Amino acid sequence: MTRRTLAVVSAGLSQPSSTRLLADQLAAATRDELVRRGSDVELHVVDLREYAHDVVNNMLTGFAPAALREVVDTVTGADGLIAVTPIFSASYNGLFKSFFDVLDSESLVDRPVLIGATGGTARHSLALEHAVRPMFAYLRSVVVPTAVFAAPEDWSDGTADGALRARIRRAAGELTDQIERRPPATGPADPFALTTDFLQMLGRGDGAPVS
Amino acid sequence: MQFGIFTVGDVTVDPTTGREPTEHERIKAMVAIALKAEEVGLDVFATGEHHNPPFVPSSPTTMLGYIAARTERLLLSTATTLITTNDPVKIAEDYAMLQHLSDGRVDLMMGRGNTGPVYPWFGKDIRAGIPLAIENYDLLHRLWREDVVDWKGKYRTPLQSFTSTPRPLDGVPPFVWHGSIRSPEIAEQAAYYGDGFFANHIFWPKEHTQRMIALYRQRFAHYGHGSADQAIVGLGGQVFMRRNSQDAVREFRPYFDNAPVYGHGPSLEEFTRETPLTVGSPQQVIDRTLGFREYVGDYQRQLFLMDHAGLPLKTVLGQLDLLGEEVVPVLRKEFDALRPAHVPAAPTHASLVAAAGGAKDSTVHAVDDVTGKTPEGATR
Repeated sequence: MTRRTLAVVSAGLSQPSSTRLLADQLAAATRDELVRRGSDVELHVVDLREYAHDVVNNMLTGFAPAALREVVDTVTGADGLIAVTPIFSASYNGLFKSFFDVLDSESLVDRPVLIGATGGTARHSLALEHAVRPMFAYLRSVVVPTAVFAAPEDWSDGTADGALRARIRRAAGELTDQIERRPPATGPADPFALTTDFLQMLGRGDGAPVS
Repeated sequence: MQFGIFTVGDVTVDPTTGREPTEHERIKAMVAIALKAEEVGLDVFATGEHHNPPFVPSSPTTMLGYIAARTERLLLSTATTLITTNDPVKIAEDYAMLQHLSDGRVDLMMGRGNTGPVYPWFGKDIRAGIPLAIENYDLLHRLWREDVVDWKGKYRTPLQSFTSTPRPLDGVPPFVWHGSIRSPEIAEQAAYYGDGFFANHIFWPKEHTQRMIALYRQRFAHYGHGSADQAIVGLGGQVFMRRNSQDAVREFRPYFDNAPVYGHGPSLEEFTRETPLTVGSPQQVIDRTLGFREYVGDYQRQLFLMDHAGLPLKTVLGQLDLLGEEVVPVLRKEFDALRPAHVPAAPTHASLVAAAGGAKDSTVHAVDDVTGKTPEGATR
């Protein structure tokens, strides 16, 4: 049985948070789909709220404090990512953006990502397409076609057969497809790994190490 | 083991008084700090090199030459010399001159600096930071070892039959360290040449230092300079001390909270936990510093950052008294007792001369190869 890790990032600020609720539903649907197709799933849910100060400190000092480091390694080392943000002022909230800003810009390349958002009105829904999706495009992640927006009316009509549930199931299926196409993740990249040798850097020889 | 201090040379408002020193005061304070370092028995004073406010040390060899004239024993170094934006020819000349004037009391630490805008000020491109560090140092290395150099590279005009003067004192170039926080390429560069590697080790978690030193040691052995534990390692450190650790914390906190690099970010407590910064009693500084060895192995040089963030000169000089009188003697004894015999001490001019088989005058006497005449017109 293939072991898959799924990182879930929620940037909801209130508690309880509808953003977290949506994240949980996306996570559960994806986990169920992965399990149904024969994988063993390890789920890591991150409430960015708990790391808000660490994220700001990371921006100011240039390094992640130990607790945030663990989260960063979990997110950048997972097979798939579910990223959910509330929409503030027509875009992701600052905490969501700040978290992705402190990641190495190469760390989510080719990573299957499912994006979701919540907002006070359905008129915010395209912020997923004009703000959140382009950010992950910059990071060269593979964002699945279905992005899931949940407006207040989705929660009030949120029965098992409601439109939101259908979108969640479709998105989870798409994320599972992308995860299944890839070999299991090998964890976060090592920023201190030496990828060249000196003669290559100096522009001499074919880079064969001298000993 | 060598102990010393390194300074950034920042002009920063003292947050407890609102007073900002003038450049003149700061420059004189740096000199006073260097002289104090010798007085209290430290081995090394290293100055930064910066070319923008709020920093004053844009001309390191001028400052170090002045300090050399006023000291007897202190080893003068840099932290760091910008190998990217300085012309390697000028570095070769300036530091060879300083080496002669100081009778060999000089070494250098190469670095890439902390400011992107500095590159275009000197006609360079920051996107070539690492390649510049590699090419420029390779030329510098040759200029100090070959009397006549023919050279062509990507980042500087070619040289034909060029001799950098004065030639290094006793035929032995100054020892070079390469400083980097997290660029494995620089650890590789230091290892290739068998030079020293210095980990900044002040603003970042110890894991960065641990990984970089481990890589440098492994590659040092790979390039055949000795075993991994014989590689030449230096570390930074940052401390503030009072006899009573609570007093140290109380006095240092406003400086920490407003410091240029980490101010208005993490708390003093978080930062001392996450990085090697130690604020407390001399004994706490001793214990923490001895602990560095546990994750980098036996090492050769420990430099402390003591004068930044607006700390007044009087306070810094008092800190140096504590460092020289109470901390370093204990560290020296403990580290030396722990270090195995096959692990070398930090290179000095004397040890490099001995390793080269003795001193030799390396003066190059210019003679025209057609007429046999010297520039002065005398026939030889």
